[in-house]
Amino acid sequence: MPERNVCIIGGGMSQWGVREASILDMAQEAAKECFDEVPALKKEDIDGLLFASSYCGRSAFQVNIAPVIAERLGIKPTSMCTRVDTLCAGGSAGIILATGLIKAGLADVVMVGGGEKLYTPQRWETYYSELASIDHDWDGAQGMGLPPPFFSMTAQEHMKHYGTTKEQLAAVSVKNRRNGSNNLKGHFHKEVTLEEVMSARPIVPPLSLFDCTPITDGCAAVLLTYEEKAKELTDRPLVYVRGAAQASLHSMSMNWPGEHLGDWAHLRAAAKRAYETARVGPDDIDVAETHDCFTISEIVEMEDLGFCKKGEGGPFVESGQNDFGGKIPVNTDGGLLSCGHPFGATGIRQAREMLYQLQGRAIRQVEGAEIGLTHNLSGLNVEHTMLIYGREP
Amino acid sequence: MGFENFGTVSFTTEAKTAEFINYLESGKVMATRCKQCGTTYFPPKADCPSCLSSEVEWFEVGGKGELRSYTKVNYGPTGFEADAPYTLALGEFDGVQILARLSRDIEEKDIKVGMSLTVSPLKLPNGRLAYEFKKG
Repeated sequence: MPERNVCIIGGGMSQWGVREASILDMAQEAAKECFDEVPALKKEDIDGLLFASSYCGRSAFQVNIAPVIAERLGIKPTSMCTRVDTLCAGGSAGIILATGLIKAGLADVVMVGGGEKLYTPQRWETYYSELASIDHDWDGAQGMGLPPPFFSMTAQEHMKHYGTTKEQLAAVSVKNRRNGSNNLKGHFHKEVTLEEVMSARPIVPPLSLFDCTPITDGCAAVLLTYEEKAKELTDRPLVYVRGAAQASLHSMSMNWPGEHLGDWAHLRAAAKRAYETARVGPDDIDVAETHDCFTISEIVEMEDLGFCKKGEGGPFVESGQNDFGGKIPVNTDGGLLSCGHPFGATGIRQAREMLYQLQGRAIRQVEGAEIGLTHNLSGLNVEHTMLIYGREP
Repeated sequence: MGFENFGTVSFTTEAKTAEFINYLESGKVMATRCKQCGTTYFPPKADCPSCLSSEVEWFEVGGKGELRSYTKVNYGPTGFEADAPYTLALGEFDGVQILARLSRDIEEKDIKVGMSLTVSPLKLPNGRLAYEFKKG
């Protein structure tokens, strides 16, 4: 069978935030929005389900969650029904795997869902599970675990090597909270001012409250199929998965692959391959969703994704080059800083935003967007995952 | 014995590098070197990830290292609440990098990137074992 082109045809999100709902309830909400987007699709058309979740084994006390989700969604997969765990990039990894299955003809219509219910059974569970999200034997034993201390080191090193300022970090938060303010599915809907970000309570200096993504419950889902089937199912413009990559060059703080913590060699490795597989370069990208788990992350990402020169991420974001009207609008739906970050769901939320952007129906639309990029980092920055979507295959 | 008494909160109890703990008890922080290809590892590895040989030898991380980066943990993960605040640091030693806490003997105003460090075993108040950086 010849290789098939793969399209994303629908996307949905549950309400994100602090929810009094189970992971199954939220998966159902996300899938419902997805089904509503493609009225011509019958549930029986879906032959595959990938569900990305990392903490469900502990926080929902449910492993092998994919069949449980399938039954809740009323679908009966026959090609693939499995869980994906790449922590913060699980959703994107699921989309890459689904693309491969559909391209190869092993699956035809796949739903990729993902999400987390983090505030159960008790609030402290999340802070315990965090120890399993890093190298737990050695980094964890020292009391590394919650992300802010590690990313504060990243920020300090970037400031030291390139002169990045706290105001530049804050600019990312102001932009993303503004972008997310009318995205009602996200966690936060309130804008913040530069002064509010600068004077917020410190978490780990130089990072303060609005430099950090919150802990959020939520699910998201997208539908993927091959080009011919997509044409049958939707009248909307087709959005293709053009390229992808996932790079892992180390697994713990002691074996960092870059020259210092503000130098992300593993992101450059992922970007190189993703651009090659999509046959585009950074200058071709019209809109991007990048992993702003902390404000410093988006700054480094602008550099190592090739949107600006290494070390110039600070001035780049301060002058609005990552905003509407700038070189590349980034995190147009609010990103992690505004929407929150239920790990397995984040890459799917980003894919949904790309679908809307490339079909011209986003809440905050980038005029004429034709090629979009999504990016996630995982854990204590040990892996980078990218997808590139386009109006052409 | 294995790793059951290692770190503030223990995770792995059994591993092929359990000798690390015996050395730690005798006052030494050790790493491994592959006899086949010469690659050095911290944390120690019983089998070489580089050339796959199982012929490895232990060596002490003696001498002085350099503070590469550090961060203060104000709020610890579950199990570490009573330890916080503490300072975690990355140290660069001959052939290996190590993440460890900075000794509480070092005052915050004296912490500088590039400062000289040594790594040594630490007996925690509850009798558990770890290692930490001291001023070198």
